Amino acid sequence: MTKERLFNYLVLFAALCSVIFLLGIIISIFVQGYPIFKEVGVLKFLFGKAWYPTQDPPEFGILSLIIGSLIVTIGALIIAIPLGIGSAIYLSEIAKSNTREILKPFIELLAGIPSVIYGLFGIVFIAPLTMRLFHLSTGLNAFTAAIILGVMVMPIISSLTEDAISSVPKDLREASYALGANKWETISKVVLPAAKSGVIASIILGLGRAIGETMVVLMVAGGAAIIPKSIFQPVRPMTSAIAAEMGESITGSQHFHALFGIAIALFILTLLFNLITESVRRKIKRYS
Amino acid sequence: MKKLIIIAAAIGLISSGCKPSPKNNNRITIAGSTTVLPIAQLAAEVFMDSHRDITISIRGGGSGVGIAQLLSGNIDIADASREIKPEELQIARQKGKNIIGTTIALDGIAVVVNKQNPLSEIDVNTLKNIYTGKINNWKMVGGLDRPVVVISRDIASGTFEVFKSKVLQGEKTTQTSLMLVSNKEIAGTVAQTPGAIGYIGIGFLTDEIKALKIDSIMPSTETVKNGTYKLARSLYMYTNSEPKQATKTFIDFVLSAQGQKIVQEAGYVPLY
Repeated sequence: MTKERLFNYLVLFAALCSVIFLLGIIISIFVQGYPIFKEVGVLKFLFGKAWYPTQDPPEFGILSLIIGSLIVTIGALIIAIPLGIGSAIYLSEIAKSNTREILKPFIELLAGIPSVIYGLFGIVFIAPLTMRLFHLSTGLNAFTAAIILGVMVMPIISSLTEDAISSVPKDLREASYALGANKWETISKVVLPAAKSGVIASIILGLGRAIGETMVVLMVAGGAAIIPKSIFQPVRPMTSAIAAEMGESITGSQHFHALFGIAIALFILTLLFNLITESVRRKIKRYS
Repeated sequence: MKKLIIIAAAIGLISSGCKPSPKNNNRITIAGSTTVLPIAQLAAEVFMDSHRDITISIRGGGSGVGIAQLLSGNIDIADASREIKPEELQIARQKGKNIIGTTIALDGIAVVVNKQNPLSEIDVNTLKNIYTGKINNWKMVGGLDRPVVVISRDIASGTFEVFKSKVLQGEKTTQTSLMLVSNKEIAGTVAQTPGAIGYIGIGFLTDEIKALKIDSIMPSTETVKNGTYKLARSLYMYTNSEPKQATKTFIDFVLSAQGQKIVQEAGYVPLY
């Protein structure tokens, strides 16, 4: 009896831990970031175009950083969604079991590669390649970063989509075939719609990974704080600005608070994405 | 219940073990600039070989982090690739600390271009115009018709700080300049990019890139040491009050002939 009680408390503690950590993180970044919103102004901070935090006088406008993050993330998803969903469909619906046994570990391995290795690969291989292929003056740009992030995110979308597809009941497929639908029709009109909420969840998870990824963008996105006119220009996503500048900023300075301000913006952005997904998923559930 | 006590005790033990204890006389904790890190690491390895009773633990983090940690009393030595700032000194005064800096090495910042670039020297003014975006094609300085790819160290790095004060003189870098995080990355990118210009510590010069003469002076150990090369800086170790005991022994070691040889091995310019 007491043992059971003790166990209950222990798991309760474990469950509470995540709440405590989350609150702790939120409180600490808001406390550190709040001063910059007060000093610069929320709108000027979010929509200011110049990021010159160490200049005298400094300028703290993060619009170019936000746009940098969005461009790289959207680019990554454009690559990762078709590849991820495509490979999931192949693995769960089309591939024979031995092909599947071979392919699946590869996708899982791809998901397990540390991001710094992706970054190195980008620097020595993808960046010079894009430079030569598109006759650019530099290969460190949003395009290169998007490609690498896309490859990173692809396995996440793939494996979660596959789970969603395989949990679609067999009856649905058989009913579809019984009505005379061929394989392609069954997959596109029956299986995928039935797995929709899981597929969307996988995309959002991938999006979260892409927008939060730091190392890769730090290494290959080029780091120029500009609002790019094309995808082939360098960008400075929010995460890379925080990672690159935190170490040398003076603790408690405006710049320091501004970096926490970026963290708050990033946090709210990801929260927004999560809320949107949740509402989309609820709607899908209601109508299906 | 017994288990809970054991767990609590374990947590207590772990957390007390983790606490940094700069008071311990035979333990030196160092944090700060990643530029100084290789010197500190190499020096600590050699130092601990001959001083078995002293342990040194070293972290990077950046100059700002190092100084902040020193001010909060977590570490004994803060490595810095820039001078301590007035804001930081003010915090020190508020906390009643007397921060002392020791110059432990010199560093030259070489301006580098791709090997295909025919340019071999540049003056500070032209350099400034390139970095502020007024010159954006190599033909404007007598080179090939090729857009300039401006590469800068990250705005927060000590290297950038030096470049800012000596070259930019208060002006802003062009927004389109690439901002890369390390000397090695800049060297690699310049080697791959025909139109690139960048700046790195002279320890990171390789055969794959070309260093430019600045105002007719080639960056080298000699020109940095005798002060003729303009883009040079000092590297520091900051301590709280005059270094004492183990900390003093270590800093004295870095300043000794053997220590300065390590400075050179790490790719920097020794003081003498």
